[in-house]
Amino acid sequence: MADVKKIATREAYGAALCEFAPKYDFVVLDADLAAATKTGMFKKAYPERFFDCGIAEGNMMSVAAGIASTGKTVFASSFAMFAAGRAFEQVRNSIGYPHLNVKIGATHGGISVGEDGATHQCNEDFATMRSIPEMVVINPCDAVEARAAVEAAILHDGPVYMRFGRYACPILNGEDYKFELGKGVCLADGSDVTIVATGLMVSIALEARELLAKEGISARVVNIHTIKPIDKDIIVKAALETGALVTAEEHNIYGGLGSAVAEVLVENCPVPMARVGVEDTFGRSGTVPALLEYYGLTAENMAKKAKEVIERK
Amino acid sequence: MTEARIVELKNKANDIRIGIIDATHAAKSGHPGGSLSIADIMTYLYFEKMNIDPTNPKMADRDRFVLSKGHTAPALYSTLAHRGFFPVEDLLTLRKIDSYLQGHPDMNKIPGVDMSAGSLGLGISSACGMALAGKIDGKDYRVYTMLGDGESEEGQVWEAAMFASHYKLDNLCVILDLNGLQIDGPITEVMNPMPHDKKFEAFGFHVITIDGHNMEEIEAAFAEAETVKGKPTAIIAKTVKGKGVSFMENSVSWHGAAPNDEQHAAAIAELKERYI
Repeated sequence: MADVKKIATREAYGAALCEFAPKYDFVVLDADLAAATKTGMFKKAYPERFFDCGIAEGNMMSVAAGIASTGKTVFASSFAMFAAGRAFEQVRNSIGYPHLNVKIGATHGGISVGEDGATHQCNEDFATMRSIPEMVVINPCDAVEARAAVEAAILHDGPVYMRFGRYACPILNGEDYKFELGKGVCLADGSDVTIVATGLMVSIALEARELLAKEGISARVVNIHTIKPIDKDIIVKAALETGALVTAEEHNIYGGLGSAVAEVLVENCPVPMARVGVEDTFGRSGTVPALLEYYGLTAENMAKKAKEVIERK
Repeated sequence: MTEARIVELKNKANDIRIGIIDATHAAKSGHPGGSLSIADIMTYLYFEKMNIDPTNPKMADRDRFVLSKGHTAPALYSTLAHRGFFPVEDLLTLRKIDSYLQGHPDMNKIPGVDMSAGSLGLGISSACGMALAGKIDGKDYRVYTMLGDGESEEGQVWEAAMFASHYKLDNLCVILDLNGLQIDGPITEVMNPMPHDKKFEAFGFHVITIDGHNMEEIEAAFAEAETVKGKPTAIIAKTVKGKGVSFMENSVSWHGAAPNDEQHAAAIAELKERYI
């Protein structure tokens, strides 16, 4: 995939805020990370609609709720660790409970934060945000999807959590891509097994599909950009038609996509399943490729798990 | 205010206190102590000060109030009920399974509640957000928020104070209910948050200290707050926890306990004596 254009989804987030600013009435908050979350692009273009809250994420979330209570849509940004971790309770009580139009743009999600290491690598945000009633949780796989997710979040009535990545990742979707909140996308068909992936793992799942094809195994790849509400139908269909699933996510194997898919399967259509993710451990410093290798977030590991679940059919 | 108006408001505050006692008695739980301590200020805000309309609770340019110390919801509900936002008899449904009167304020269920709050430290931040929105839109509405003195031990209160000052939110007025007691005991013994006046001053607030049960002082403080430009105001209201019911006054045990039938009867009898 060396020739594929790569852009970090956080870049697309910042660009989307600027692009949609003339069309929709919203303001943007950040907590002293505008340069990193890329809300800095919006700050530069629309300074009168941008408010820095300083290094006080809890306050930022409750402030966002107060602004939203007057009828405005608010984007509130920080790193995933602080948005979904430190400010969990403010997101739950100030934003979630009153069902306010606050859209949380959380960047630096997952292990692909890289060298900053464990304190800043949030592998728990899907779990915490998914547990808040009626919270929508989105994790786009590329810049095109990230842009579309921002507009979908604006149009959705209620709170939305969006995870964006720091690491440049391949653009998989065309400019004509239609994003539907809550709908998974079948990126490649297959009949022996399905890899259900999210975010950065989607492009790697496509690589895993190539590896499996070389061994005569036909793998379907489904991109789940909306982790909540999850697309039950596409998962059940994959289970019925391919008979085995592997999930792949840059998140603890507990509480995230793997858990969400397992919930759908056990209640509707149990089939052999395996999870690729961070296996209940903290992150560490390293380059992104080294980290993905270290934690098994690789095409090789996905292919290995795919063969294992096929064996268990 | 005329003498006659002051008498009217004092009697109204008494109505509100009776509502607090009736509601917590009916609920068999709730927080009467800190509700009674703010009854006079709540009365002044809702019956004299704030631009609100009970027939149109979501009026766009209304003044707003956030009960940051949301556990004292009985005071807010009794005030809203007596102001005409919903029937006074509904106060007796407080905290019951089929009631809209939740244990802590819910903006989506209760007419007149501007923000869901009650997890301590969060409401003041939301009030800052409302005040900032007013500035963004060039509106002249004012935002009031009531903080508990124990609540001021929450770090977020000071994050919010920094924010309010930084964005020059002179349309924001923070009231601190300084009744001196929190669940585990006197605030100075549990985790001393004093001195509030110097802290708020250091955070860039205009600070006014009053007797939170004196209508003239309450009126003067809110009038002064409106004249302050370029910075938010904090009114430190010295109050008595449980004010108006002798056996509840200055007693930690009435922070979060409801009166039984006998105590309820005694409290109501005492409050009825207070009408002027």
